[in-house]
Amino acid sequence: MPASSTSTWVPRKRRGAELVLTAMAVGIAIFAYAAVGLGTSGSIPADTFKLAGALILVAAATTVVVRRLVPYADPVLLPLVIALNGLGLAMIYRIDQDCPGFCLGGNYSPLADAQLMWTAIGLLAFCVVLFVVTDHRMLQRFTYSAGLAAIVLLLMPLMPLIGSRVRGAQIWISIGPFSFQPGEAAKICLAVFFAGYLVRHKDALALAGRRVLGVDLPRGRDLGPILAGWLISVGILVFQRDLGSSLLFFGLFVVMLYIATERPGWLVVGGVLFVSGAYFGYLAFGHVRARFDAWLDPFGDPDANGQLISSLFGLAHGGVLGQGLGQGSPELTPFSFSDFIIGAMGEELGLTGLMAILLIYGLITERGLRIALTCRDAFGKLLAAGLAVSFALQVFVVVGGVTRLIPLTGLTTPFLAQGGSSIVMNWAIIALLLRISDQTRRPAPEISAIQSDDETQVVKLPAGGVA
Amino acid sequence: MSELTLTLIKLAFLAVLWIFVLSAVSVIRSDIFGTKAPTSSRPKAKPKAAGKPAKPARSRKAQRGAPLTLRVVSGANQGQSVPLGDGPILLGRGTDAAIRLDDDYVSTRHARFATNGEQWFVEDLGSTNGTYIGSQRVTTPIPIGLGIQVRIGKTVVELRK
Repeated sequence: MPASSTSTWVPRKRRGAELVLTAMAVGIAIFAYAAVGLGTSGSIPADTFKLAGALILVAAATTVVVRRLVPYADPVLLPLVIALNGLGLAMIYRIDQDCPGFCLGGNYSPLADAQLMWTAIGLLAFCVVLFVVTDHRMLQRFTYSAGLAAIVLLLMPLMPLIGSRVRGAQIWISIGPFSFQPGEAAKICLAVFFAGYLVRHKDALALAGRRVLGVDLPRGRDLGPILAGWLISVGILVFQRDLGSSLLFFGLFVVMLYIATERPGWLVVGGVLFVSGAYFGYLAFGHVRARFDAWLDPFGDPDANGQLISSLFGLAHGGVLGQGLGQGSPELTPFSFSDFIIGAMGEELGLTGLMAILLIYGLITERGLRIALTCRDAFGKLLAAGLAVSFALQVFVVVGGVTRLIPLTGLTTPFLAQGGSSIVMNWAIIALLLRISDQTRRPAPEISAIQSDDETQVVKLPAGGVA
Repeated sequence: MSELTLTLIKLAFLAVLWIFVLSAVSVIRSDIFGTKAPTSSRPKAKPKAAGKPAKPARSRKAQRGAPLTLRVVSGANQGQSVPLGDGPILLGRGTDAAIRLDDDYVSTRHARFATNGEQWFVEDLGSTNGTYIGSQRVTTPIPIGLGIQVRIGKTVVELRK
């Protein structure tokens, strides 16, 4: 039997399925917004129609852009992201209802409008990336530029004048009225750099080495890059006091090394380096020790760990089905609109809603890894895997921190949490994933019929001649 | 707003959220269970065909997606076609050709279409003006699938179902 007939894969666009799912996602966002109004004040907010119109317009525009630019791209990625973004907007609006004059010592100002604006900018970034990056392989040319850009971006918050220290962590830059978290952009640059670097050097990293205790350990001289990655992560930890980014970048690098070389030895080396780094951090820095203590025993010091405790109470208050949108009290937790938005979701939507949200994150990661699996070129494979893994790691670090599975670190919850840079950069990541996906799902190029006869005629004869 | 209404809204929202997630899963289930491509019923038919030594012609007829005719899609003989069997098919201006092409740019014995039972190949027989797939000249037997246009002189032929 012909082998070709059993594994025939028919390229399908499935844009119709995407449209239906997008409509559902927009519906969820509007429903959430209306439910918040009903829960807090007993009436549907007056600007629901304005928001609904804006959302429908934006979703339609995005769908059209996707149909035009990446017709074969994955059909579920975009609706999943729109749903998350919409849920985040509704939750921030909900916290806006109860917070003013109460949260942050009375300095709170409503954030939902700003978040809506940042979402629009994020969608703009999404479209720009799709327009500019016509083929993801062109990013491979910028391997080292991306590496340099990542280092510059990471160093920017440390520079005088523009760097600013917010709540202990020096990860923001502020130019005029705008503040930006360059670490989010550095994440994409690092993924591009790692992918480009590993495509070129993976053979040396994979083949040379010796076997110790049944694990293939890499050669000493090949340890250079992983040590560099580790040093950068520790540097972030030391100078910027940002545990989350440090964990994210190092985890991203180790996982990408493992994917590129298929050798578990790197995970062992990375794990050992991570544990030693964490232990070193614990011994050397007070803020790291404080995080560890808060993780192991938050109730030992209720004054210092009030935020975490309050969020845990919120989760418990939510129970299985939640209090209902607008009926919990997430405003009691400081920063429940950004770092602790998962706690706010858990309180109002309960375990059921939180599991749905985590499932959406899981599906986004699964699509990313699926794109990596089906991608035909090594660079695209690594880039898609790196972006998906960084996304998954970030969600794990945030949700694990809030639910006290791991020590709490300050990373943003992608698409949910309030914060401009995070939204914009995550939309850019989705655009890159869709671009790679379009390349991999597109049918093989058709062999086109020749337009002119001259191209193929070896002997030119007048009409009526003898061939 | 009564307590009951709010509870109903809460439950409805959770239901909608889960319906959305499950619809997304159902869209991508084809990743796990395969797409409903025309060939998806093949594995079922396979044991039968393998059980008895069926004639190659019959097994190929059963095979969906395999080409059945060779058709002239452009040129002087446009619309003519020849059914595909087991033997090779000769194209040219000569009398022994399966389709006598009325094309001055075609050699007497120009190109041959042959199959190995699974796949059809096109082979140039040393023609003057050559045989082309796209802008690429055929120098060795090249496998062709459905709808791949093969250019012979000013004539274009392709495999059809």
